[in-house]
Amino acid sequence: MIKLAADGIKDIRTPLSDADVESLKSGDRVRITGVLYTARDAAHGRLIALLDEGKPLPIDVKGQIIYYTGPSPARPGMVIGSVGPTTGGRMDTYTPKLLALGLKGMIGKGARSEPVREAMKRHKAIYFGAVGGAGAFLSRYVKKVEIVAYEDLGTEAIRRLEVEGFPVIVVNDAHGNDLYEEGMKQYAR
Amino acid sequence: MREIHVSTISDAVKKLCVEANYDLEPDMLRAFDKALKTERSPAGKQVLEMLKENAQLARTQKIPYCQDTGFVVCFVELGQDVHIAGGLLTDAINTGVSQGYTEGYLRASIVKSPFDRKNTGDNTPAVIHVDVVPGADLKLMVMAKGGGCENRSKYKMLTPAAGLERVKDWILECIKTAGPDACPPLIAGVGVGGTFEKAAILSKKALFRGIGSPNPDPQVDAIEKEVLDKANRLGIGPQGYGGDTTAFAIHILTYPCHITSLPVAVTIECHAHRHKEVTL
Ligand code: SF4
Repeated sequence: MIKLAADGIKDIRTPLSDADVESLKSGDRVRITGVLYTARDAAHGRLIALLDEGKPLPIDVKGQIIYYTGPSPARPGMVIGSVGPTTGGRMDTYTPKLLALGLKGMIGKGARSEPVREAMKRHKAIYFGAVGGAGAFLSRYVKKVEIVAYEDLGTEAIRRLEVEGFPVIVVNDAHGNDLYEEGMKQYAR
Repeated sequence: MREIHVSTISDAVKKLCVEANYDLEPDMLRAFDKALKTERSPAGKQVLEMLKENAQLARTQKIPYCQDTGFVVCFVELGQDVHIAGGLLTDAINTGVSQGYTEGYLRASIVKSPFDRKNTGDNTPAVIHVDVVPGADLKLMVMAKGGGCENRSKYKMLTPAAGLERVKDWILECIKTAGPDACPPLIAGVGVGGTFEKAAILSKKALFRGIGSPNPDPQVDAIEKEVLDKANRLGIGPQGYGGDTTAFAIHILTYPCHITSLPVAVTIECHAHRHKEVTL
């Protein structure tokens, strides 16, 4: 569900539908409320290994958003530690298979490969950018954390985050636009 | 001969690791403010403002500036009149890293083997470079080096015929290919000369100079400024969202080299430039 707020920022609530995805454009500022699943290199490796063996995944990715992050440990009394994005491109080899299962969004930083961008168009999905290195800032939007799989992976475990107004920007939309390319073109001198 | 006990070294390293991750150095805070004055892109400005607030939150709320709390790279300048008592220098540094990362709620990001990839659990070991220098002081320079930007660091063996112009092009090329992946605004540490490994080590050490301070060699300073200006015309901008602030600084260190070679190493560092030093 998406609502355009008075400040020009789009408020979205997870899970995402195809219509939600299609209404987002690269460069849109977005606040996400709902659930994000964290997964990075090691967790992706395990998820894809399960798919290859034809086994079920520990999370249902349909309509969901995966946040590429490995948080720092929470201090006592805090919900989570620092929790900014990691480089999305490292997940490129795994991503198309998750998009085929109905994954609707990813949050990371840095450019995605052509096959991922193609798969995002085909399966209707969004790649959001969160500000890399703003882990302390972003931690304030996380209200609840629960490990749902692969606890042995430590920071790389899959966590279910409940977020409120988590600030991101649309980098790649489902129409083939790319904020990085457009932004660079606009400001190159 | 002056004696320094290993526990003094461990305590110092622990403190440096924790402080580096919570208190961004003033040179970086000044770099954010300076960039905010010239940045034309609204998205770029928002990113810079967010990073300023992030630094403030990290310091006051004791949440690490970035969740990737880095690989500890430690440069040691060991006075040759110092005797280290009670154990080994390397162990002392690693004990400090272990305590800093465990007690400081910092992320363990190091795997024991590049192949089996099992986490060591306490962010050890550090990468340690020791230089023996005159005197009876021990200087510890600690950097918490992020992985995303490190992955974009590059090396090229140029020919002497390629010369200075190709060196400049190569630095620029490294910044361009690092792009949004390495969390710009970036800092490029550059090592030119020496051998393969010497250039790489210099490229790391170059990052310890204060951002905004001139290179002591006026000729090299002019090269740094020229490349920085070109980098900021690429349009990549903060986080790669487009803008004028792609890099905060280019820092170059040089070393004599062989008549056949012109090695150039570029360490890509992100805005989470966490570095601290102390002299014991
Ligand atoms: S590149 Fe730097 S700012 Fe970005 S996630 Fe890594 S350590 Fe943090």
